[in-house]
Amino acid sequence: MGEISYGPLMLSIKVAAIATIIVFLTGTFLARIFARKNFLGKTIIEAFFLLPLVLPPTVVGFGLLILFGKDQFLGKWLYDYAHLQIVFSWIGAVIASTVVAFPLMYQSASAAFKQVDGKLEAAAHTLGASKWRVFRTITLPLAWPGLLAGFVLTFARALGEFGSTLMIAGYIPGRTDTIPMAIYFAVEAGDMQTATFWVIIIVALGFSTILWLSWWSNQNLRRFTVKRKGGAPRNV
Amino acid sequence: MFDAHLIKDLPDFKIDVAIKAAKGEVSVLFGPSGSGKTTCLDMIAGLTLPNLGHIHMGENTYFSSNQKPCPTEKRSVGYVMQDYALFPHMTTEKNVQYGMKSAQKSEKALALLDQFGISHLRNAYPHEMSGGEKQRTAIARALATEPDILLLDEPLSALDDKARHDALTVITDIQRNLNIPIIMVTHNWTEAEKVATRIYKIEQGRFI
Repeated sequence: MGEISYGPLMLSIKVAAIATIIVFLTGTFLARIFARKNFLGKTIIEAFFLLPLVLPPTVVGFGLLILFGKDQFLGKWLYDYAHLQIVFSWIGAVIASTVVAFPLMYQSASAAFKQVDGKLEAAAHTLGASKWRVFRTITLPLAWPGLLAGFVLTFARALGEFGSTLMIAGYIPGRTDTIPMAIYFAVEAGDMQTATFWVIIIVALGFSTILWLSWWSNQNLRRFTVKRKGGAPRNV
Repeated sequence: MFDAHLIKDLPDFKIDVAIKAAKGEVSVLFGPSGSGKTTCLDMIAGLTLPNLGHIHMGENTYFSSNQKPCPTEKRSVGYVMQDYALFPHMTTEKNVQYGMKSAQKSEKALALLDQFGISHLRNAYPHEMSGGEKQRTAIARALATEPDILLLDEPLSALDDKARHDALTVITDIQRNLNIPIIMVTHNWTEAEKVATRIYKIEQGRFI
């Protein structure tokens, strides 16, 4: 094994972190709107949101190439007006991770919001709370475990994204070489030691992420769901 | 004086009732399950809107067919829901403080907890309390906003005999001390008779 550059680790974390933030905000926002509203075409739009979950990543990558290719409408427009090149850049990797991970966040957030008892929100309104205050103080804290699970799953999925990233961002060492890319091309070059190194790193990252989520959930959910020994606490 | 005429189309029948309640009075809506009692309370609280009619609380109009309805959060209504709807992630004290606006809400909340005999539970979460304790917390929380009217939806249904007796005492104490109209929903005639100033018998959305 030659000297290993930590570029793929830093790039993977950067791409996954940005994609996770985008997906968390948009997924939470859309799931909140869709959880309580019924309108014509809702099922079709939701099916579209979840499509990347069932499509091969290469198909998603192909779709992104069609959208963001340098000669395509959106890609050309972004290049001409914002000087942004999506194809063969780390931004392309962020977009690929965002699209592929979005359904996980949307599903988690949707389930989390549907679980919140509408009566609690109604009760808060009768106590004089505005819609924003009800969301901030009732809906969000009660949906938080589900949202956090979505956040972690999104990060893990974005970190491991390979197929569509390869299609749109390609493999350019130092520019678009995320860890999954580094593993694939190390194996292809017969450098099993480098591949093993990156496999260990990505397994450790994924495992610690899930471990932290389980620990956090246990700590925070127990507080208001499990009775304390000796019954209700007395006044202190 | 509370005065309402509530008209609303439901899938199976139409609600068409007129309710009046003076300060210090307990008006009871008595009827079987599914007769539209809770929907009447929801309309008064603003959680659902009537199709027609009006809801006046003193000088304030909460609803009138020909004007924009007053939103729930702007109505001065204390509403104790059937299963109490206590916020599970907040302690008793935080639940009671939720609707309070004043700067000294901590002192006021403690005084209310004391008044309802639950001050020893100030740090307890709802799942750690008995049915009677939850009920008293829910009433304290509803009264903490100093509402102009109090709505009680089957407040005694989840309680055992002892807690039910205590709760009836709490309701009559509120009636005596707060001097606000109380509208209570029940399907138990004995309970209705014990607390009511007047009883409205409701069936399929109409008084009989």
